[in-house]
Amino acid sequence: MSLAAALPAGQPADQPLLAVRNLSMRFGGLLAVDNVAFDVRRGQIFAIIGPNGAGKTTVFNCVGGFYHPTTGSVALDGQAINHLPSHRIARLGLVRTFQNVRLFKTMSVVENLLISQHTQLETRLLPGLFKTPKYRRAEAEALERAAFWLEKVGLLAVANREAGNLAYGQQRQLEIARCMITHPKLLMLDEPAAGLNPQETRDLDRLINELRANHEVAVLLIEHDMSLVMGISDEILVMEYGRPIATGAPAEIRSNPKVIKAYLGEE
Amino acid sequence: MPRALSDALLAAALTAVLLTPIFGLHIRVDGVNVSLNRTPMPVIVAVVIVFLLRLFQQPLQRLWAKLRAPASWRENALTAALGQTVQQPRYRLALWLLLLAAAMIWPFTASRGAVDVMTLALIYVMLGLGLNIVVGFAGLLVLGYAAFYAVGAYTYAYLAQQYGLSFWWGLPLAGGLAALTGFLLGLPVLRLRGDYLAIVTLGFGEITRLLLNNLNSLTGGPDGIGNIPRPTLFGLEFNRVASEDGTAFHEFFGLDYSGNHGVIFMYLLGLALVLATLFVINRLLRMPLGRAWEALREDETACRSLGLNPTVIKLSALTLSAAFAGFAGAFFAARQGYINPESFTFIESAMVLAIVVLGGMGSQLGVMLAAVAITVLPELAREFNEYRMLAFGLVMVLMMMWRPQGLIPASRPPQKLPEHAEATQ
Amino acid sequence: MSGFSFLEFLQQIINGLTLGSIYALIAIGYTMVYGIIGMINFAHGEIYMIGAYVGLMVITGLGLFGVHSITAILLVTLAISILVTGSYGWTVERLAYRPLRGSPRLVPLISAIGVSIFLQNYVQIGQGARDVSMQPVLTGGWRFGPEGGFQVYVSYMQVLIAVITVAFMSGLTLFIGRSRMGRACRACSEDRGMANLLGIDTDRVIALTFVLGAALAAVAGVLVSMYYGLVNPFIGFIAGLKAFTAAVLGGIGSIPGAMLGGVVLGLAESFASAYLQTEYKDVVAFALLILVLLVRPTGLLGRPDVEKV
Repeated sequence: MSLAAALPAGQPADQPLLAVRNLSMRFGGLLAVDNVAFDVRRGQIFAIIGPNGAGKTTVFNCVGGFYHPTTGSVALDGQAINHLPSHRIARLGLVRTFQNVRLFKTMSVVENLLISQHTQLETRLLPGLFKTPKYRRAEAEALERAAFWLEKVGLLAVANREAGNLAYGQQRQLEIARCMITHPKLLMLDEPAAGLNPQETRDLDRLINELRANHEVAVLLIEHDMSLVMGISDEILVMEYGRPIATGAPAEIRSNPKVIKAYLGEE
Repeated sequence: MPRALSDALLAAALTAVLLTPIFGLHIRVDGVNVSLNRTPMPVIVAVVIVFLLRLFQQPLQRLWAKLRAPASWRENALTAALGQTVQQPRYRLALWLLLLAAAMIWPFTASRGAVDVMTLALIYVMLGLGLNIVVGFAGLLVLGYAAFYAVGAYTYAYLAQQYGLSFWWGLPLAGGLAALTGFLLGLPVLRLRGDYLAIVTLGFGEITRLLLNNLNSLTGGPDGIGNIPRPTLFGLEFNRVASEDGTAFHEFFGLDYSGNHGVIFMYLLGLALVLATLFVINRLLRMPLGRAWEALREDETACRSLGLNPTVIKLSALTLSAAFAGFAGAFFAARQGYINPESFTFIESAMVLAIVVLGGMGSQLGVMLAAVAITVLPELAREFNEYRMLAFGLVMVLMMMWRPQGLIPASRPPQKLPEHAEATQ
Repeated sequence: MSGFSFLEFLQQIINGLTLGSIYALIAIGYTMVYGIIGMINFAHGEIYMIGAYVGLMVITGLGLFGVHSITAILLVTLAISILVTGSYGWTVERLAYRPLRGSPRLVPLISAIGVSIFLQNYVQIGQGARDVSMQPVLTGGWRFGPEGGFQVYVSYMQVLIAVITVAFMSGLTLFIGRSRMGRACRACSEDRGMANLLGIDTDRVIALTFVLGAALAAVAGVLVSMYYGLVNPFIGFIAGLKAFTAAVLGGIGSIPGAMLGGVVLGLAESFASAYLQTEYKDVVAFALLILVLLVRPTGLLGRPDVEKV
């Protein structure tokens, strides 16, 4: 893969987009994440796999600022982010989906996409009250962007439906569109294929590849669907009981005895 | 049956324990002699009623279910038809225009006293709509709303008294200062879980009342501030005799002086302020800010994951809500002509909250109807006054159980993608 | 203020501890309910007020029957008052809060404020809005200090308040720490869903929490009516606000925190009314609440709550 071409000028080519070092998270007596470290490079699709309760989502929550890690550091583009509140991290270009989809269920599909553009819109009081031309333009552009992304994920026909009434697979797609409309640098997907049928999973696979290819986004992925993970990922981190047990390309992971033991159990 | 009997006995015993100290016994203090009066009758009646209801709970429930079925069918058909009509944008606009026309013509046909009461009702409409922003739209409980109302009223009263400021300057200043108060109060609190705001505003309401009573040089203490000037209509005054360099309304138009002019003017001014409030709030709801309030109420975590700062968004709701209380306060001060701390107690805050809850949190038509009902009802039935607060408390509990969304459910106009609107039909 | 006097300072500490004991007793009710169902029980101050009324009535009644032994008066009054407020605590939870479990946070909060307004006016209708007073049951005390100078005064009643408070708090700590039901309480405050799965009847535990909180509020009410000899339907409002402040100060959800918070608040108010103006002692309590929320929102002994994402 030729990543160097996509790099903005002035940034060292070897600097990872996301660098996680010595990350640990303790809840009372439970060490949920124990000394995890990994890098995600620009344009990379990086997956974290492991049995249930291995601490994958906790890693997500630490990276996204929803938890403050007990020890360790998280850096985005070389800037430490582990002490920032989650909304600041999101504005730096790191957005996520949730394991059990978190849409604004009583709002319409298009409104979900307007909310996520909030920080880019004219939110001041007076321009909105008097509907200045600048305000009207900003709102119209927001609607256009929303239409663009709805088209991309195939939800244009249901744009004005209530988000909570969509089919489950559509809700997952909408959640991804809601993230992508913010122009993120890194998209974090928490089990995006959970609950999808095989056809929907294939669509998801295509969508993720499409996003990486055309929208300059790196993807950090938690997933249980092995065929999806093995097919799509550039690099995989395997966790068990909060500890990292292996990192490498899909082929290496598949043949790693420790991973096989973790998944199949002691024989 | 034995099970029902033991349950009923237990319920009856519980009722006796609960009611005896409140209604069965009275402490009488007569100089140094203290005695206990016994009034067992109300307790006995209540115990018997509870016992019987509990004993025959199951048969009664079956009977109730039988009676209810046809009634609920009719109710549904009616509300559905009504809902349909109200939902149609065309009828909706017509309904609003009709209401507005009636509200504007009415004062010329009604008695002076009635117009005066309705002016007060308009103040509560404004307060209800204002509190609705923070409670109904942002989903945050504010229990000291009267404090912001007081800040507005005292700001105008003080400025008018000390510096001779006119109402038209006092109004924005009152709103601005109330908004600032809300902002400063929310700043430390709103970073935390939303329900701390309830208790902090409750405390703030008490402190405000305390300060109003004690900062004599600023607020006039328990006596308050008097001689607050009424608003003018482009400089025209509504007094019998105009001030030195002013002109009186009736002289300018060559009419005979009538006290009604002033009263009707205050009413129409109140109506104008309510319309302005409605306009601003409806714009807000369609703006990014209004969308963000609703999104935040639904899922704060998802909002944060998308870069929205929850503190700022909640703070904006509280600040705007406080501003409307400030406007209402200035108008209240101008209408009364005098103010004192008695008008800004917790009861006032509770009453506005009752308006919002009864009207349906988030529903503006509901809030307006509830405000008018709650102000006019005590005027119609004086006896109601003693039980008013009791009823408010009960209404809040019952509404939360029966219909937390209020009598008229809220509807924020959903934003649509215009060119694809047909696709969903 | 003319110079600093150690004895005056000591007097304020004694007064502050007395006041603080009362706040602590009420604060425990707030903190336990918040710890288990995450709700501010606004009506708790009213429960305390009812406790104070019952206390006053029973003491008056016993006086009419000619009972004068302080031990007998205390035991009977506490028992009856706890029975009544416990019933109120249980009934309120059953009727006004339990049907709302699982609804959005605002819903039970509004219901609670409704219950608070209802109870205040209900007592006002039953008992009248005016102050009700009685002769003090226990008078006298000890004086320390130089003849003619400032003397520290410790009344018997203040000592009694301290003793009773310590006794009930120790009882509660033992109950929570050792008994089966206490263990269930702790489990529920850790994770209610999980406790439910493990076969704990969480509805019963929640009801118990309300009853225990109400019982301690009754103790506070009885002690206050004996100390001041004065009750009206509005005392619960301010006391509830103060006790909630104490609970937040100590770290809401933490029982030792509520005890500590009550004492700290009592001391702060006592010093404020001695060294500042008396009218502003309520302002001090409120300023303290804002300050804690600004500087240390988890309170003195609270632990940070991690939300589940």
